[in-house]
Amino acid sequence: MDSGHPATGPDRALNMCLALPARVVSIDERTDMAVVALGEIKKEISLALVEDVQIDDFVLIHVGYALNKVSPEEAELTLAMFAEAGLVERDS
Amino acid sequence: MKYVEEFRSQDLALKLARTIKRECDPDRQYNLMEFCGGHTHAIFRFGVQDLLPENLRFVHGPGCPVCVLPIGRIDNAIHLATEHGVILCTYGDMMRVPASGRKSLLKVKAEGGDVRMVYSTLDALKIARENPHREVVFFAIGFETTTPPTAVAIKQAQAEGLKNFSVFCNHVLTPAAIQNILESPEVREMGPVTIDGFFGPSHVSSIIGSRPYEFFSEEFQKPVVIAGFEPLDVMQSALMLIRQINEGRHEVENEYTRVVSREGNLKAQALVAEVMELRQSFEWRGLGLVPYSALQINSAYETFDAEKRFEIPAIQASDVKGCECPRILRGVKKPTDCQLFGTVCTPENPMGSCMVSSEGACAAYWSYGRFRH
Repeated sequence: MDSGHPATGPDRALNMCLALPARVVSIDERTDMAVVALGEIKKEISLALVEDVQIDDFVLIHVGYALNKVSPEEAELTLAMFAEAGLVERDS
Repeated sequence: MKYVEEFRSQDLALKLARTIKRECDPDRQYNLMEFCGGHTHAIFRFGVQDLLPENLRFVHGPGCPVCVLPIGRIDNAIHLATEHGVILCTYGDMMRVPASGRKSLLKVKAEGGDVRMVYSTLDALKIARENPHREVVFFAIGFETTTPPTAVAIKQAQAEGLKNFSVFCNHVLTPAAIQNILESPEVREMGPVTIDGFFGPSHVSSIIGSRPYEFFSEEFQKPVVIAGFEPLDVMQSALMLIRQINEGRHEVENEYTRVVSREGNLKAQALVAEVMELRQSFEWRGLGLVPYSALQINSAYETFDAEKRFEIPAIQASDVKGCECPRILRGVKKPTDCQLFGTVCTPENPMGSCMVSSEGACAAYWSYGRFRH
């Protein structure tokens, strides 16, 4: 449980090290800005560091910028890897 | 939230923990350094250590940009606000970091200095536009993740002809720091730290890619696994490191493929390369002077370099007596080894940088794990 403590509480939303995956809701090509949704929260961010972003893509948000797109295919593969590692006895 | 919750599944975490336990050789020790403070935080917040065998130890590295910035550079920033009368903009993390004479940017602000917390470099540009008759300096810190937004701001300022905007650049480089830790004779002298493998940072790697780690996995024969920040990412990456160690391999593997590629973000890399260049040397708290470990603004953009615009002297400032931050940053001491930890140094009243930043090892120990040790 977060406690409101400076290191753990809501202030973390302002933490410069935090980067979160957010869904692109709208894009303004003129300003290279986008509105993203982080759960219930909407936020305007810059697309200056990424290319070929479409609405409904997930991007990693950091200090007001999209850093990268999140690959849905790779995310599925990683989840499948967890499931496999957790289930299968290795032969070795 | 998508891409968050499914990477925190408790059920999968317990299953992964069983696999890790099964594959750990009970007769050997696994010391795995998580370079990045984001991983330190995830390990403590989600109690990952509690799920793993005793002979697997997380060694916390220096990957907290707030923590590694030497006090002298914070003193410089304070002087910009107090002596030069600029509007000093910085990320919230920097506000409470103790500087010399028990000052901090927050105290300077309380005493009337014009220090402003910004969420983004875009906010700093906005402040510069709104205050054309004031000098506005962005106090830039951070690793490769945070550098491209600074480069964008400098380019934007040039495009707009914003003459009152400049950047006090303190951006640092991850591979140089990891190499320094591996090469440092001091690390060997100061404590029995052998590092068997590294968790590569998540978001730094999203920018630089996995390729830069290939050099030292080869040179130092240590495995590196680029790991996401969620608890299952950390556990899966630990398993990948254990397998490499058991099999005597030392490769760069990438667990965080949903964001990190081998090449990284080429657009961001190009922006940084256009605006910045390597510094010959930069001081890190805990590591000392590290060659080619930081960036400065290049001559083409020097009008936006606060170090060219203002007199910014090199200041040698010392840590608070008894503060073990330097050793904690190198992984040779744990926060609980410090006599100030939890007594006079707490997140409410921090003495050292590792307690201030939420990514710092001391803050993580205090907030989540202090009863464990």
